[in-house]
Amino acid sequence: MKVGLFIPCYVNTLYPEVGVATYKLLTHLGVEVDYPLNQTCCGQPMANGGFEKDSLPLAHHFEETFGDYEYIVAPSASCTVFVKENYPRLFEKEGLQRESKTSKHIYDVCEFLHDILKVKTLPSRFPHKVSIHNSCHGVRELHLSSPSELNIPKYSKIRNLLSLVNDIEILEPARVDECCGFGGMFSIEEESVSACMGQDKIEAHKATGAEFITGADSSCLMHMQGLAKRNSDSIKFIHVVQILAAGL
Amino acid sequence: MSTKHSIAASQFISDKTHEQWHNNALYFVREKRDNMAHSVPEWELLRETAAKIKMHTISHLAKYVEQFAQKAEENGVIVHWAKDADEHNHKVREILENNGVKKLIKSKSMLTEECHLNPYLIKHGIEVIESDLGERILQLRGDTPSHIVLPAIHLTRQQVGHLFEKTMNTEKGNCDPTYLTHAARKNLRHQFLTADASLTGCNFAVAETGDVVVCTNEGNADMGTSQTKLHIVSVGLEKIIPTQKCLGVFTRLLARSATGQPITTYTSQYRKPQEESKIHIILVDNGRSDILSNTEHIQSLKCIRCGACMNTCPVYRRSGGHSYTYFIPGPIGINLGMLRNPKEYSDNVSACSLCYSCNNVCPVKIDLADQIYRWRQNLDSLGKANPMKKGMSKGMKFLFKHPSLYNFSLKFAPLVNYAPRFLLYNKLNGWGQYHEMPTFAKESFTDMWKKGKVK
Repeated sequence: MKVGLFIPCYVNTLYPEVGVATYKLLTHLGVEVDYPLNQTCCGQPMANGGFEKDSLPLAHHFEETFGDYEYIVAPSASCTVFVKENYPRLFEKEGLQRESKTSKHIYDVCEFLHDILKVKTLPSRFPHKVSIHNSCHGVRELHLSSPSELNIPKYSKIRNLLSLVNDIEILEPARVDECCGFGGMFSIEEESVSACMGQDKIEAHKATGAEFITGADSSCLMHMQGLAKRNSDSIKFIHVVQILAAGL
Repeated sequence: MSTKHSIAASQFISDKTHEQWHNNALYFVREKRDNMAHSVPEWELLRETAAKIKMHTISHLAKYVEQFAQKAEENGVIVHWAKDADEHNHKVREILENNGVKKLIKSKSMLTEECHLNPYLIKHGIEVIESDLGERILQLRGDTPSHIVLPAIHLTRQQVGHLFEKTMNTEKGNCDPTYLTHAARKNLRHQFLTADASLTGCNFAVAETGDVVVCTNEGNADMGTSQTKLHIVSVGLEKIIPTQKCLGVFTRLLARSATGQPITTYTSQYRKPQEESKIHIILVDNGRSDILSNTEHIQSLKCIRCGACMNTCPVYRRSGGHSYTYFIPGPIGINLGMLRNPKEYSDNVSACSLCYSCNNVCPVKIDLADQIYRWRQNLDSLGKANPMKKGMSKGMKFLFKHPSLYNFSLKFAPLVNYAPRFLLYNKLNGWGQYHEMPTFAKESFTDMWKKGKVK
């Protein structure tokens, strides 16, 4: 099996170790990983800010870069869901006949491990207490776990995956999937509300007694990390794949 | 980087104790709603059914509104039509004047807020008394609702105690909720007994029977309508539902979604006037029929005004209802404001982190967050786009459209780590006000890949 690895722009520059962990994990599980060097950004930041038109050329570029892969895997739930949900609509809105192939083939890495590779064992070990950060787009759009609002059977793909790791203690905060307030450009346009949401979220995670906050979206983690650092909070941040790949 | 909402929100948050209280009080209501939602096995089916009934009804609105009016008239109710707020207000005044009414007792009605009925009637010499406790508090303060179900949620009991000392001669410093509620009850009792007419809103108008359904917890609507010989009902066109059977779906959803109760304490169905009494129903359009042709936002017409989207909204809970410029706040208010007047109310579109929780709590499955996303896309053409955000978006587009430029910038991004603090943390950097900047990695993933370091 061969996958095209998509490393979102901010993961590329700020958290390359998340990309490395994704690569290690996939190759360990027997997947051949290709990294097309022409890749840039999926276009989500502009669209959520209200400039969907600016995302369109990037959607075209993404289709050209990744259109031929059977599987596209990215360590970011929100970028994945942007491609999945919005590319077909963007093309249609512009009156283009173009079919979005990537939207049918893209997976967040957790989703890919859980649903496609159906990983049942991992050799990794992470002897720490971690609190799961259930990101909004991961939960309510990509369905990585059951949203707290809905009366549907409870599940969590991230918890299932983390449970495969040896010696880990998995916790979840109160208000289990309340937004951390990142929201892309929201965090600079509504900076006070955004920071307040983030600080509340950090407190909820800390109240679990966890040493680490972990999640499938580095963007939420980046937001909370920036706030925590300003307040000299000692809680640490780590992407789920880094835990799953710990010791590989 | 400021919209009117973001400025008002900053101010609200600066009183941290009150912000936390407000946030927790409303989240408590959200949790009560969750308990209810999780205790009804067919909850999601109910939501789906309600959504379909509403969509069906608004797609056949003319038919159902006519059926409703005809049935109501057959029941002996006098039906009026108002195309806008002015017509509605004139109509109410005309009915009151024709019946020699000097004092009107009202139950809570968001439609009359929308139409600014109270100041209009008062200007024309009619005394208006709000009888819902929250609304009464606001009326005595000269204040406006900050939530559609819990209109005075922005006030503390101390503030209410202080207000009642002045307006009802309650004991100084006594802000015990039970004591204050009894005082209000006593005070209102006199108003009920001396009112000449009552006005209520309407939660549901049943086309099949011509009935109007009014849901309250305080019984104040019932008290007003039982005590007076003239009852006026203001009904927005979107309140119509086809049948009595449909009503069962909505009464199961409304209170559970709104306050986490199985049903409101009083659910009263008005059909025919009593002997020597009159019921007037005013069917109000005020822009609703224009929304019917707006495919991107038609779902807003499904709203049953339960307020669940406000209680769950992390932004609303932390910024308060008065930080929004439209009289209905929160996710539904952002959308209804934009439908009312996009240029005037575009400041509220920033008040959303796109967390999508509102979509999930909405009992009629309105695509609230999707609609806010779509409004954002229109701000630029309205001339209301934030210039700094627009610049950032254009810059990002340029960078990401050119892979070689992007790869070049990946190489040099780490230099930012060495920039002096005053360059990074200033007023131009909204992020830097509360956050430390993230540290760029020494080597990007792309550079590591090229050098064969990814293994």
